[in-house]
Amino acid sequence: MAKPKFAIYWAGSCGGCEIAFLDIREKILDVDKAVDLVFCPCIMDTKYEDVEAMSDGEIDVCLYNGCIRNEENLHIAELLRKKSKVLVAYGSCASEGCIPGLGNLTDSEAIQKYVYEESPSTGNPKKVYPKSTTKIKAGELTIPEMFKYVRTLGQVVDVDYFMPGCPPVAEQIWAVIEVILSGKLPPKGSVIGVNSKTVCDECERTKDEKRIKQFYRPHMIKDIDPEKCLLEQGLICNGPATRAGCGALCPSVNLGCRGCYGPAEGIQDMGGKLAGAIASIIDSDDPEEIEKVVDQIVDPVGTFYRFNLPSSLLGRRV
Amino acid sequence: MKKVTIDPITRLEGHGKIEIFLDDGGNVADAYLQIPELRGFEKFCQGRPVEEMPRITSRICGVCPEAHLMASAKACDAVYHMDIPRTAKMLRELLYNIFYVTDHTTHFYALAGPDFVVGPDAPKAQRNILGIIHKVGVEIGGKVVGMRGMCHELIKQMGGKSVHPISAIPGGMSKGMTKEEQADIIKKGEEAVEFAKFTIQFFNDIVLKNKAYVDLILSDTFTHQTYNMGLVDEKNFSNFYHGDIRVTGPDGKEYVKFKEADYLDHIEEHVEPWSYLKFPFLKNVGWKGFVDGTKSGVYKATPLSRCNVSDGMATPLANEEHDRMYKTLGGKPVHQTLATHWARIIELLYSAERWVELASDPEIIGPDFRMVPTETPDEGVGVVEAPRGTLYHHYKTDENGIIKEANLIVGTTHNNAPINMSVKKAAEGLIKNGKVNDGLLNMVEMAFRAYDPCFGCATHTLPGQMPLIIKIYDARQDLLEELRRD
Repeated sequence: MAKPKFAIYWAGSCGGCEIAFLDIREKILDVDKAVDLVFCPCIMDTKYEDVEAMSDGEIDVCLYNGCIRNEENLHIAELLRKKSKVLVAYGSCASEGCIPGLGNLTDSEAIQKYVYEESPSTGNPKKVYPKSTTKIKAGELTIPEMFKYVRTLGQVVDVDYFMPGCPPVAEQIWAVIEVILSGKLPPKGSVIGVNSKTVCDECERTKDEKRIKQFYRPHMIKDIDPEKCLLEQGLICNGPATRAGCGALCPSVNLGCRGCYGPAEGIQDMGGKLAGAIASIIDSDDPEEIEKVVDQIVDPVGTFYRFNLPSSLLGRRV
Repeated sequence: MKKVTIDPITRLEGHGKIEIFLDDGGNVADAYLQIPELRGFEKFCQGRPVEEMPRITSRICGVCPEAHLMASAKACDAVYHMDIPRTAKMLRELLYNIFYVTDHTTHFYALAGPDFVVGPDAPKAQRNILGIIHKVGVEIGGKVVGMRGMCHELIKQMGGKSVHPISAIPGGMSKGMTKEEQADIIKKGEEAVEFAKFTIQFFNDIVLKNKAYVDLILSDTFTHQTYNMGLVDEKNFSNFYHGDIRVTGPDGKEYVKFKEADYLDHIEEHVEPWSYLKFPFLKNVGWKGFVDGTKSGVYKATPLSRCNVSDGMATPLANEEHDRMYKTLGGKPVHQTLATHWARIIELLYSAERWVELASDPEIIGPDFRMVPTETPDEGVGVVEAPRGTLYHHYKTDENGIIKEANLIVGTTHNNAPINMSVKKAAEGLIKNGKVNDGLLNMVEMAFRAYDPCFGCATHTLPGQMPLIIKIYDARQDLLEELRRD
């Protein structure tokens, strides 16, 4: 029997999803035995033209990572959707927008104005900006247009499965590969490579009743108890609303979760949920005092929507 | 006018493109390398709390997140005017050198591998990580996979996560080290030193004993006489985590040495309309276009640059190898881009030795692995050597430590102009009278690979072989010839 055909592609991303894939270490040899990698720009010789030449649905499973930041990202997303039986939004950028999705707190015009004009190291008296077509003496040069806002993969094409994480951890990647190879695929639209419940359920820190008198910024408090829930110590942690799957890695080094595994099941808007959850644990009945404590949380939007702004109800700056 | 298009160049995240224009005689008239992507971290970091910057900016690059983590944490320290405790500095530098071992290992074996280990004419099927393992044998392949795995496991232990670690924070590290961990890390560091020594021997046998490879390294096609940049310690030895920025001229003499906070006095970035990536140059020399020489502000920031600007390596075995390289290649400075591969494994040996040195220091398990800021935050610059070049993070904050402005110049960006020049020169050397041969494909590729480019850290290189299609059109845009390597 022919081996199933796999593809892994990166769009508006950082490469961390590929490095995470390599983190499965010697199991990469098992993957090699079980599947035929037909398109994977990061580890083998492949080209867009080769993909275009494939028949529709020829790729059995495509792991697509990265957000949709420009024309090229969109074009390849549409191409791979057409050529793949199963399309997986692999990693936080493709699933929820991730850190590049914070770009939706501004827009492409403001981004370019800063980078090409305002930044202190830029010397650009003629206000030259990158443009889609440039005529030069010898001919013409083209580059793709940057979109105004970031979108997730699911916002531009039909996605079969979502696999969150920045990046997904190696154990989960391997578990997903095993499921795919077994042929026992979950229902379409499922979130895969995750555990049920929340990061708090995976966190080994001891939890008690949460009554907070004051929030601290993580670098302003020296003696962090390595055993006790960070939220109970007044340190913002997105664990209560974040889907389990990573094994609560960030709290293992005394820093709060920032939600890279996306909203836990049943949560539609992570930022809204977190804001509500955190306000409810403030140890006061006095609205004025509550407001004072809430004000100690700097940058609530950038913290609670850290990895999921484009896929949230907020979506972008309003 | 004919146009030769190389697209896609996948190890630049599939978003890089080369255009080569030929004149009527079929010789190279012009060549460009274009970077079509921008994510805009500098802008959307405005409004974020400064202490979150190490965790946010590490997402610029999943290949070298440790570099952004460290540069960002150093910039945060500077924003709060903190001189962090010695234990904190050592923990950061240790984590960083462990990262260097895995990063340089990946590049040498998996990326440079096809050219030097397997050979420039390797079968296409060998052009990936598995092909390399098959070629060099399961035992050596296992060593490489094992070394990478060991480093990533330690990064997870010290940094919280094996990709995008987070433990460097303003004031130091969020977690210290136990005595048990220390003993284990020293032991693993000694293994890393043995692995690096093995790698040097491997390079010796495969590359240096092959005259054809040595001739290729020394050929003019891969040579540009530019300025070089890199961090040096107080003795002018190479260092990845701390020191001053030293720039030497094409003649190898020191041109300037400056503190990280003064970078704006020395570096400026030029903008071209055909690429999203800017072109840094030495401000006081000036932008003279894509040319080398003393009068052009173009400089390189690569492993070879770091060797060129330093007076040597701070660890004994790496320094011995450093001396041997310069003796073999005719003294400092070396401008042959392909020698960057040699410089990279000298750095691999250095980082392994430095790993053991730092881990063995009794103070590394001390309780002072962090401090809490007491001064009002305002502005700071943090610089480290990323594997692919000097990395600058510069933040301005309000009195609450909220980012008002962030400016970043990342490793590969420094090399944007030199890489463009290298591509053009390789093309010029190979395309004559309209004749293109298969060798061009690999030669153009090798012009890139030496830089280990990671464009804007928005794009990046990973193990494998670059797929290429070269199409040659006539003046009417009719396809004359198509060369494929797939």
